[in-house]
Order: sequence, then C-alpha cells, then structure tokens
Amino acid sequence: MAPDPSLLTIEGMRVEFPSRRGHVVAVERLDLAVEPGEILGVVGESGAGKSTIGNAVIGLLEPPGEMTEGTILLKGDRIDHLDEAAQRKIRGARIGMIFQDPLTSLDPLQTIERQLVDTIQRHLNLPEAEARGRAVDLLDQVGIPDPGVRIAQYPHQFSGGMRQRVVIALALCADPELVIADEPTTALDVSVQAQILDLMKALCRDRQVGMILITHDMGVISETADRVAVMYRGRVVETGTTDQIMSRPEHDYTKSLISAVPRPDKRLKRFPLVTYIEDAEERPEGLNLATHWLGKVREEHKLTGNLVELKNAHMRFITRHSLFPSRRLYLDAVNEVSFAIQPGEVFGLVGESGSGKSTIARMITGIYKPSGGTINFDGTDMTALHSRAAAAPFRRQMQMIFQDPFSSLNPRMRVEDIIEEPIHFHKMAYDQQEAKQIMHDLLDVVGLGARAARKFPHEFSGGQRQRISIARALATRPRFLICDEPTSALDVSIQAQVLNLLKDLQSELNLTMLFISHDLPVIRQICDRVGVMRHGKLLEVAPTETLFTDPQHEYTKHLLKLMPKFRGFRMPELEA
Amino acid sequence: MLTFIAKRLVQSVLVMLTVALIAFSLFRYVGDPINNMVGQDTSLEEREELKERLGLNDSFLVQFGRFAANAAQGNFGFSYQHRRPVSGLIAERLPATLELSIVSAFLAMAIGIPMGVYTAIRRNSWLSHSFMTLSLVGISLPTFLIGILLILLFGVVLRWLPTFGRGDVVQLGWWSTGLLTASGLKSLIMPSITLALFQMTLIMRLVRSEMLEVLRTDFVKFARARGLAEKYVNFVVALKNTMVPVITITGLQLGSIIAFAIITESVFQWPGMGLLFIQAVGNVDIPIMAAYLVLIAFFFVVINLIVDMLYVVVDPRLRVDSAGGH
Repeated sequence: MAPDPSLLTIEGMRVEFPSRRGHVVAVERLDLAVEPGEILGVVGESGAGKSTIGNAVIGLLEPPGEMTEGTILLKGDRIDHLDEAAQRKIRGARIGMIFQDPLTSLDPLQTIERQLVDTIQRHLNLPEAEARGRAVDLLDQVGIPDPGVRIAQYPHQFSGGMRQRVVIALALCADPELVIADEPTTALDVSVQAQILDLMKALCRDRQVGMILITHDMGVISETADRVAVMYRGRVVETGTTDQIMSRPEHDYTKSLISAVPRPDKRLKRFPLVTYIEDAEERPEGLNLATHWLGKVREEHKLTGNLVELKNAHMRFITRHSLFPSRRLYLDAVNEVSFAIQPGEVFGLVGESGSGKSTIARMITGIYKPSGGTINFDGTDMTALHSRAAAAPFRRQMQMIFQDPFSSLNPRMRVEDIIEEPIHFHKMAYDQQEAKQIMHDLLDVVGLGARAARKFPHEFSGGQRQRISIARALATRPRFLICDEPTSALDVSIQAQVLNLLKDLQSELNLTMLFISHDLPVIRQICDRVGVMRHGKLLEVAPTETLFTDPQHEYTKHLLKLMPKFRGFRMPELEA
Repeated sequence: MLTFIAKRLVQSVLVMLTVALIAFSLFRYVGDPINNMVGQDTSLEEREELKERLGLNDSFLVQFGRFAANAAQGNFGFSYQHRRPVSGLIAERLPATLELSIVSAFLAMAIGIPMGVYTAIRRNSWLSHSFMTLSLVGISLPTFLIGILLILLFGVVLRWLPTFGRGDVVQLGWWSTGLLTASGLKSLIMPSITLALFQMTLIMRLVRSEMLEVLRTDFVKFARARGLAEKYVNFVVALKNTMVPVITITGLQLGSIIAFAIITESVFQWPGMGLLFIQAVGNVDIPIMAAYLVLIAFFFVVINLIVDMLYVVVDPRLRVDSAGGH
C-alpha cells in the first residue's frame, strides 16, 4: 500500500444486476481516485452507470445488484463487502450523499431540526442541546438565513434551492471526508443551480472534503469539477483534468458528447449530433413534405397579420380559500402579458420555474380560462368562445408537446391508437383506412417507422417517446405547435436529435411555434424571437440574436450571466 | 384550521339532515303509522283523533322539522313492538355494540399494522408469505361462516368458550359493561375475532402496500445514506409516512365495524343494536329502524371528522395557515 493513500480509490469495479435474461453489467473495469478537497466529475448519459458507482461506494446498491469484482478503498481501508453494521458506520459519518431531487429527499413529516439532530446524534455522541447547536451552525454554513427560526420548520416550508441546502447540511452532519453528489442541481433553476454549485465548491475547499459529482450536464462539470471521468455504457472512456477534457478530448465519444451541447454563444443551422452513439436515428429520406398531405391542408388558410396574439392576458389563482374576501390570497401566475406571434415564427418563452411560462401555454390552448385580457388566434378571440364545440376547430389547429415523455403518453394504448385518436376525434379521416395511412406517414415523418405502430409506449426510450408525442401533435395538421420544455427530460445526444427534427418540421411545414424552455442555449438555437418572463410578467421581447447580444432588462442580463459559460471542444466540420 | 373545522361541521350537519330525511320518509310513508300502532278494533274516529294528536295531518315540512328536532334530542318515539321509548332501547343496547366494535377495531389495528409492517420489511421471508396467504382467507371468507366455524370449534367441540350472549355484565350508571367479569370477557373473544378478522387483513394489506411504496421513496434512501439505524428508518421515517392513508381507511372501517356488527351479533346472539335492528326489520318496527339509521350516520360523521383532524395532526403540509413555503 502506498504511504499516503488517496481519499477514495476504486479499482477494477464491476457491478452486475442479475436478471432472468442474464446478467446486466452496469459498471465494469472501473478505476477512479479522489483526493481530499478535490471535485471529481463523473459525466455520461442516462444508463451509463454513473449513479451505480455512487450507490456501490456507499453500499446501497438496489438488490439484486451486486459488486462482483474490484476493491473500494477509503483512506487505504477496504470498504466494499463490509457487513451492514460496519457499512452504516461509514454512511453519513465518513461518506455523505446528496441526491437529485430536493423536493423528495427530506422526510415531509419531520421538522428539519428533528432530521438534523437525529443524524448528528447517530454519529456523534452529543447531547440534544449541543446537537441542536451544531445543526443551527450547519444551516448557517450552507447559507440558510435565520437558521435558529427556520430549523423548527418542515421541509414543505422551504423552496427547492433552500431544501437542497438542507440536504447538503444533512450530508455534512458528521463531517464526512467524501461527499457523493448525484445530479445535485438537475432539478433546480439556473440561478439556484449556480448558488448551490458555488456552495458545494466552497465547502469542499474549506473542509478539504473530496467530492464525486455525478451529472449529465457538461456545463455543471466545466464550472465545478477539477477532474472529469467520462462514462459510456458502464466504462470510463476517458479521465483527465476538466480543462483537458473540455478543450482537448481524446476519445471519440467525449468529442461528440461535448460538441452536442447546445452552444450559448453562436447560432448554428442544426444541432450537432452525438455521432458516436450507434443507434442514432435520422429521418428517412424520400418523404417530400411539400407535396405530402401534411403540407397541403394549410393552403386553405390565407394568413394575414398575427397568428396568435395575447392582449393583457391575466391568470389569477386563489391560493388560500376563505369565506371572507379580505383573507383570500391570490397568485397572479400570468400578469397582464401581451405579445404576438407571426405566422411561421418560432417564439421562445424563457424564465425560471414558476414564472408563468406553462400557464400561458395552457391559456392559449384553453386548458385554463384567462381571468382577464384576450387571446386571439387567427383573428378570433378565443376567450369569447364559450362552448367546447365552438373552440374545437381552433383546438385542432393548435397542438402541444409536453415535457415528460413518460407521463404524456397513455401507457395502455398502442402507438397507433395514440396517434389516430386525435384524427378520429377531429374527424380528419374519411375511414379507418385513411387514418391508418396518415398514422403510418406520421411515424415515417418523425423517423420511427411503421414497426412502431403496434408497440406500447414503454417499449420506447425517452427520445423515441418524444417523437411519438410529435407525431400525435402533427396528426391534426396543426398550424400552431406549443412545445413546453420538450427536451429538458432528455439526454444531450437525444435532445439534439429531437430538436433537429422539430426544426426541420417547422421549416418544411411552415409551422408557427411557441417554444417554452428554461435552457437559454437551446432557445438561442431554435427561436426567432424570445420573451423573458419573471413572476408572471413579460419583461422583454426581442429578436433572439439581439436579446443575447444586447439584453435590455436587468433580469435578462442576470440570466445570461448565469448561463453556464461552456466553451468546450468543437468538431471542426460543424463550424461551417 | 378553525375555518377547516367549521367547514367540516357545516358539511356534517348537511349529511345528518339528509339521513334524517330518509329516516323520516321511512317512518312516515312506509306503511301507515296509525295502523302500526293501534289494534284491529279501533274505530275510525279514534284513528282520526290519534292522527290529529300525533300531528300526522300537519304539512310535510312541519312534520319533518318536528322529527329532526326530536331526533336531535335523542327522541325517536315509541317502538311498535316493545311499546317503550326507542331511545331507552337503544341506550340499553348501545354499550354492547360499542364494546364489541371497539375491541374488534383495537384487535384489527394491534395485529394488522405490525403484520403489515413485517410483511413490507421482510418481503421475502416465509412468515410474510404465510401471512399473505392467510390474509386471503380472511378477506374471502364471509363473516358469518367464520363465526359459525369458531362456535363449532371452540364452543361445541372444545367447549372452551360460550357460544352466545354477553355473559355477566356490570352496571356503571346507565352503561352496562362486560369487560369487568370473567364470563363477560370470555364471551367477547369469539365475536370480536369474527368481527375483526376482515378488517385486520384489510389493514395488513393496506399497510404493506403503502409501506412498500414509502420504502422506495428518496427520503428513505437518503435516510439510509446518512447511516441512520435500520429501526429508525423503518419505524420513525417510513411508518409515520405510511400512516397518513392508513388513518383514513381505518377510520372509515371503524364506522363499518359498528354498522356491520349486525351479522356478528346475530350469529352470536349478542344483545347489541344490530340484533335489535334485525328484530325490528322482522317486525316492521319502523321507529327503531329510523333511529338506527340516524345513529349509524352520526357515528360515521363523527369518525370522519376525527379522521380529518388527525390528518392535520400527522401531516404538517395540511396545516394551511403555516407561514412560508408555497
């Protein structure tokens, strides 16, 4: 053994998940080392085995998963294959863990104090009062204002970012030497994400804690990590300092992964694809949309003026009901918003969660009835249409694509039924035969092929499901497509494919689009004009390039400043 | 919180009024009340006079108002069959039913919850599997059959336990209790098991599935990752979160234990309200039926109210007036 062993050394790790169809190898031949005060980034796409490493180190692999080969050394001591009791002495005390979703990581029925004090007392033999004092100190260190008061509160009384701070405090309760952070900022807004990353960096530096930062987000890695390990299908394909990986990647996978990240600084014609992935799919050639039925129906509409126009649209929700009007509390989710979208334009809406972006989408589609203002579609005031029957023809012309590809498709319906349903509902086909034909054409258009028709949604990956959602949205031959965070649940490589598809369809079908996202680089690549929202108000509307180069509003400037300054390696052939 | 309780109380009153309306219609319009009260030899004038005296000629609303007001004071008129005030009859029988129901509910929870927790934590042990198999029996066998089988085994073959009645009772004021005598307790064993068995298996299966759900959540995983003891994770973190839905179902089940004690009471000739009700049905004793209906509804409403308040106690997210958060 070396005289001065690393904080954590993983050698030759192999993790297998036995299943009826043979063993699935989640991680193999993995070597990693972390030094005190160092942040090691582990990056890769979903299914690469990143989280499995963290779970294996802390001894919490989901059964029947098992580490079958290799060793894990913590300061020279073997910690793999310890018994439960010994494992538990390491968990929390020497290795802390931070999970992705702060909203679900805390016990909702116990106060923060209870959770902190119980964890502290578990590892350090402290009397109640001292443990409480330590808990208050910890909260103070992770940046929770007024910790003496807030410690008595329950998790639901904290915002997402504050909860993640509490989670970090809990992970640091017993001064661990190593912290494993599994996607710690993925569920947070950009501005909160920046704060949390800064906090974690500072804590690692000040306390000389080593950290494994597991994430899919290249931007997070480039801002935070000292060294990076890139994972692909259970193996580390490349390790190096962050600078080296970002600017001079050696492995082909790393190269294409880095270049697939949407660029914040420059608009490209298409999103670069991760070419290394074998099953990357592209649309089959040969479908000429200009002469195809999808492109035809639109001729009947003579477009004049704006397709969609909001005038002082207002949406107010009651957040506390009361008999007495004075005691009621309201939330103005959308506050006097006015903007217009021209035919064929891609209009972007950007803002943090809770800014009212999605509420606007729901108001336009008629899911919510606005409490004030008007919404015009092709010259007709939608708010004046009172029956569902009167709104139906307009509903047909606007379709929506949702964020979560897993919950937006009915799991009990076959793909063919999912796509044909809107065709039948809006009576867009003369008979079953025609509906089938349309459905098959749509599957071709989105690059899935006819074989997909008989399958159920669970047989597809996230990106493929999003393609099904797009096919379903196109089934009624809409003129207006609303995309609500269509790719934020997808991996970078899949995101590039889906966004390219949307871009192609938009230009070929001359679709008008409202594109909602919190991701500024994506907005820059896809939108013609952008509106910035905050607290229900529309702060600024400008052509995309103008907004990014010359923002007017303070908040826009702030958002742009927080945007990860990710300037990594670029594939030379894509710079054309 | 106060608004919440006030709202619930208003709803409860509405429910009670609706049930009272049904009970009243039963009393007033099923058969002729006069015919049910008097003999064959009563003359027409006497019947008319009685009708006038009882207020049966008044308008519907006045009659209903009078019925509701009386019912609110516990006055449901005279039993046709027993020729005594219904309230007295019910007060006599109520302790028997409540004792049986509460003992059953306690049994169901005291055995069902630990069994549910065990089967969730040790999902693959042979004991869990046998609990699960047994619970199928409990759910699928009808109550009366279980009662009869118990009587056959412990009453007839082994002769350990009495097969009917309440045994000796002790009067505590108007409340008669069988809990203080040996024969009373012995008599309680079989009926309470019979009544509890179905609820017990239901609670066990509910606790098990809820707990499995909770054990999969991130906060349980995070608690484990902090090195907290297994006992703490299972019983402090997981069990408490399991209890929120369990409270609702268990509360409602307590109501149905009281209501469905009828079958058990008939099998064991238990002198409770259920038996009184069954006999009333047989004799078309409508005042008793009406009173029983209103009383059971009242129990349900009260239990529901308590369950709603317990919710708020257990789950801080429901304390709406608390500051901060969203």
